Amino acid sequence: MKHIAIGFLGAAALGLMASAASASTLSDVKAKGFIQCGVSTGLAGFSAPDDKGDWQGIDADFCRAVAAAVFGDGSKVKFTPLSAKERFTALQSGEVDILSRNTTWTINRDTALGLNFVGTTYYDGQGFMINAKKLPGVNSALQLSGAAVCVQSGTTTELNLADYFKSNKMEYNPVVFEKLEEVNAAYDAGRCDVYTTDQSGLYGIRLTLGSPADHVVLPEIISKEPLGPAVRQGDDQWYHIVKWTYFALLDAEELGITKANVDEMKNSDNPEIKRVLGQEADTKIGTDLGVSNDWVVNIIKAVGNYGEMFERNVGSGSPLKIARGINALWTKGGLQYAPPIR
Amino acid sequence: MQEHDLSFVRAEMALAEPAPLSERGLVAWVRKNLIASAGDTILTIIGIALVVMILPQVINWAFINAQWTGPDRTVCATVAQGGIQPDGWSGACWAFVNAKFGQFMLGRYPLEERWRPILVAVLFVVLLVPLLIPKVPRKGLNAILLFLVLPVVAFILLVGNVFGLPHVETSLWGGLLVTLSLSFVGIAVSLPVGIMLALGRRSKMPIIKTLCVVFIETVRGIPLITVLFFASVMLPLFLPAGVTFDKFLRALIGVSLFAAAYMAEVVRGGLQAIPKGQYEGADSLGLGYWQKMGLIVLPQALKLVIPGIVNTFIGMFKDTSLVIIISMFDLLGIVKQNFSDANWATAQTARSGLVFAAFIFWLFCFGMSRYSMYTERRLDTGHKR
Repeated sequence: MKHIAIGFLGAAALGLMASAASASTLSDVKAKGFIQCGVSTGLAGFSAPDDKGDWQGIDADFCRAVAAAVFGDGSKVKFTPLSAKERFTALQSGEVDILSRNTTWTINRDTALGLNFVGTTYYDGQGFMINAKKLPGVNSALQLSGAAVCVQSGTTTELNLADYFKSNKMEYNPVVFEKLEEVNAAYDAGRCDVYTTDQSGLYGIRLTLGSPADHVVLPEIISKEPLGPAVRQGDDQWYHIVKWTYFALLDAEELGITKANVDEMKNSDNPEIKRVLGQEADTKIGTDLGVSNDWVVNIIKAVGNYGEMFERNVGSGSPLKIARGINALWTKGGLQYAPPIR
Repeated sequence: MQEHDLSFVRAEMALAEPAPLSERGLVAWVRKNLIASAGDTILTIIGIALVVMILPQVINWAFINAQWTGPDRTVCATVAQGGIQPDGWSGACWAFVNAKFGQFMLGRYPLEERWRPILVAVLFVVLLVPLLIPKVPRKGLNAILLFLVLPVVAFILLVGNVFGLPHVETSLWGGLLVTLSLSFVGIAVSLPVGIMLALGRRSKMPIIKTLCVVFIETVRGIPLITVLFFASVMLPLFLPAGVTFDKFLRALIGVSLFAAAYMAEVVRGGLQAIPKGQYEGADSLGLGYWQKMGLIVLPQALKLVIPGIVNTFIGMFKDTSLVIIISMFDLLGIVKQNFSDANWATAQTARSGLVFAAFIFWLFCFGMSRYSMYTERRLDTGHKR
């Protein structure tokens, strides 16, 4: 046994050295011919399997957008479903190239965990849902003192909940589960009075309850949950490609470039649109980034612009029917703002 | 022959009278089984009341109100939930199971390659059924085909990358395919390895004995979930970047070794039940160790522990669901994963999916259990009480 253990440690040490000396993610990705994308094990509207078993949702589509930018083909992506606990290890170890898994951007994750978040593909916030029949007259989270609260473990949700109740000097009784479905079942069965998770999730969960009309989402948002994709630290080129894929999705929406009109738009007279779509003479925007010059065309052809992606997966085109709200473009009163492509 | 002056002598046996009505037929059965005593009567009434209360609702839910086909969640949701069913409706959403059936069986195995796992399944059934029926001849050849040839063929077909078959990664496997391949390999590996470990543990050779004891006690001392978790979260950090040691293989090894350790103890129980005289008898005939074990001891010992062996198999079959901890989706895992599809999000989806998964698990476990009882009866040689 001892010798096996020593051999194992030796192999482990070699492994650590080898991983430190690995080449750039872009050349790795190009060599293997696809992007390995870490998604959730199932969250409605963000990454969930459809009837054929293909991953659908904003997070899954974002990876397709990056694949389109790199390969000109949005289908060159493979998905790895990851639980909340193993997601960071999977990215650090190189098992996935992008972590696009409704992950909240925090300073701790950006620094101590060695990730680089590329932006916020969805501005979310933690909210509360209650059964209005069980708790009549409650219309604010501040009235929830003494309540039993269902919450998923291992996420920032748990921490925010504790902070909120402590700062408001309220008592609560946490009912903690590992899996989302377990939390849903417990709440539907009445094991707790309050369900707390990101507001986007609450709308999806409400669809599965016995009587959705009885449940109300309280107005308070107790945390900032900017959800976005992340990559490993120390590879600026890959970081830029993923980051500018996100910006290109936003810029395309701002300029009115959609999946349907992208080919027409290539002949547009508007110099900004021509520049974004790589139609300027001697353009080097794409090649400087490390991809082809028609990268934005490829992205839009694969998944559409940000607005189309949003409406298709969580907005009016989906059963979730979440309003754009603060996820609207800055020109329409939202927070989504991208630096210009020039 | 002597003549008697008796007027009547009965020359043949009288026909037996049928048992009195109170001892036969439905009435007697009811009296004996349902209302034999006051306690029995109370239990019977409670039982009937429970059936009357529960059964109609279950039938209503599972069959009468159930929705069998449909394009999306609207067929399984009430008007208030955004569907087409009247308010207060409650029925199984088999439409969800129907739409996802391929995924539940094979996971995300590519659609155009699905003939491969189906072919493996057909081969498996064709080889397994004759092996299970005692009358069919050529058991040896059959067993070799099932336990040695089939795994190789199945590996080639399922994984691909040779003979022009496209490569299908194990990360795309899922559903019943994962459940069955894990349990089949687990069963096929654990029984021989378990027997060897059990013999080793009772061996007189100190090194072999120590190794077997250390292995069995170590493996039995760690929960399977811990090993799987370690393999998924810790192991990638030790491996070079980009090198992934196949998750499915990790699960296969973990599950097989676990089952083998438990199997070893079951078999050891059987070995200890064999009287010392059997060993000594074999020795006095001049049999060697392997002859003694193979011809005298093991056939008796294994027969004794059939319930224990099948118990371990069934336990392992159900334990395969733990692979969800390393993000592999067995039958239960893939059913649960599909609850997150917003197109099928209704109050009935989770219930229907779980009932379906439970039914499939029950089908296999019940089948194994019945077959083991049949085998016990067939091999019974008079020890039965």
